[in-house]
Amino acid sequence: MSSVSLRNIVKQFGTFTAVHKANLEIPEGAFVTLLGPSGCGKTTNLRMIAGLLDPTEGEILIGGRRVNDIPIHKRNLGIVFQNYALFPHKTVAENVAFGLKYRDVPKSEVPKRVQAALDLVQLPNVGDRYPKALSGGQQQRIALARAIVIEPDVLLLDEPLSALDANLREDMRVELKRIQDQIGVTTVFVTHDQSEALAMSDQIVVMSAGRIEQVGTPEEVYNTPASEFVANFLGASNIMKGQCAAAGPDAIRVETPVFGPVDVPSAKAGGVANGPAKLVLRAEKLTLMDTSADTSGMISAPATIETVDYQGQTVRYFLRVGEHQLQAINLIDERPFPQGATVTAAFRAKDCAALPGA
Amino acid sequence: MGWALIRGWAILVYIFMFLPVAVVVLLSFNASQFGSFPMTGFSFRWFVELANNDAILRAFRTSLILGLLTALISTTLGVLASLALVRYTVPGTNAISTLLIAPILVPEVVLAVALLLFLNFLGINKSFTLLLFGHVIFTLPFVILVVQARLVSIRRDVEEAAMSLGASPMETFFQITLPLMLPAVLAGGLFAFTISFDDITGTLFWKPGGVETVPTQIFAMLRNSISPEINALGTVMIVMTVGLPLLGAAIARRISTTSGT
Repeated sequence: MSSVSLRNIVKQFGTFTAVHKANLEIPEGAFVTLLGPSGCGKTTNLRMIAGLLDPTEGEILIGGRRVNDIPIHKRNLGIVFQNYALFPHKTVAENVAFGLKYRDVPKSEVPKRVQAALDLVQLPNVGDRYPKALSGGQQQRIALARAIVIEPDVLLLDEPLSALDANLREDMRVELKRIQDQIGVTTVFVTHDQSEALAMSDQIVVMSAGRIEQVGTPEEVYNTPASEFVANFLGASNIMKGQCAAAGPDAIRVETPVFGPVDVPSAKAGGVANGPAKLVLRAEKLTLMDTSADTSGMISAPATIETVDYQGQTVRYFLRVGEHQLQAINLIDERPFPQGATVTAAFRAKDCAALPGA
Repeated sequence: MGWALIRGWAILVYIFMFLPVAVVVLLSFNASQFGSFPMTGFSFRWFVELANNDAILRAFRTSLILGLLTALISTTLGVLASLALVRYTVPGTNAISTLLIAPILVPEVVLAVALLLFLNFLGINKSFTLLLFGHVIFTLPFVILVVQARLVSIRRDVEEAAMSLGASPMETFFQITLPLMLPAVLAGGLFAFTISFDDITGTLFWKPGGVETVPTQIFAMLRNSISPEINALGTVMIVMTVGLPLLGAAIARRISTTSGT
């Protein structure tokens, strides 16, 4: 188990810069997720930690030791790939035992270690089968067993769930987190799926276009996005332009054209000063009500529903409120509002966040 | 009606192609001392004579050694070239690839004369080594094509996984890459062997005096008379050049099914 540090890491492919000056500290035993859309540099970062790519500039430290010049096979890492990458010509047991060959593990102990790893991933009886005979989810469990049996300093997971189908993915997500908790290994997880990131991580690193946008706990990045990109990438957000008129000690007042003044808690309005500002409101914090409903204590405005996207348990509305087109995701009580209906859109000021800039 | 016609025509084509071969095999068991019809009886006589013919045995040994060495060298070079072209970014990959495949496209006579002239220019005499070089040059493309196709289908992340688990690049090659591409390597080697074993055009140009391979030996014998021995030799050649690849393919299939790829 070791910490991982990236110091001023730059990675260029020809003239294209995949990673711009990345700085990141991953503490020992943490589960850290690199989250972002494809092409944001998250996989490039992972591959540099793994030793599959060399950084153009900067230093990578694992357990405090600089590893830039240490080749992958001497870094003692466990890697799980998107497409499992099991050895097709070896049995499951041989796959899991592969890494032990290169470590000082007494021959008599190998079968015990392999069995323990297979037990951990809850596939104790498939040792003599070939990978082809297993389902995708089972293959990924074996890939995980193969990566952890060597007791790696760091576990690297490169979109390990994205090749699985939806139901299985959620089961595996819980399973993966359970195993990580149990062995406590420092884990770097790469995904483009925000719900995976929110559910599993101690820390989320949101990346976009080669830059780290925000580092924080799932709650922090979800509730206090540091940029418009983060606000939009994690869930659906409404972003409304306004003017910051008065910055008080507890709250910052943002004047919006449609909803009027909104007092955003200072803790969720980092960096906002007098002048142009943006109000960030999560779609699930915007509630639709009958026009006759009581909205005391809330900020409200009349709205017209343009599109209704029924999702079973919830419904997603696209509405027109003055000059804004907004989204609202609400639990369904009885039946959803129909398309074209006039309703009241309301929210609480404390659910808002604010970002500086026009 | 249309289909019956096509079927009939196809059968005629097959007869045209394979009847001469069948006749050679049939006549090799003829007891008569003339290598033609009518058959006067069934006998292994010509095979026995073949086995006692020193010139042919020598030619056979030469062909076998030449074929095996060609297969060995071509396969080794072919595997290395394929690895370089598929797994590494080499400047001018396309040009190198085209150059390596080119010997298939150039008529063999042209290649044969060119190599001969080149060695003449360098003042090097014809030798068995030169003959071997020649065979390697025109069997190499077949090995590269087969091995490259296979290598492309082996996912890079399997090799990366092996390395992440502690295997050095060399260990990864012998533990993972080579076993996975073994069927293609064996197939390439068999190709190289049969092409070398069969070859006459290049061999006629390149062979040093006094050295004969089986095809050039047959060619020399045919100039005097058509002996039934040649029929027997033809039968042996057919068994070797058709039977061996089939056997090889069967082995390759077996390996790849038991290894689960």
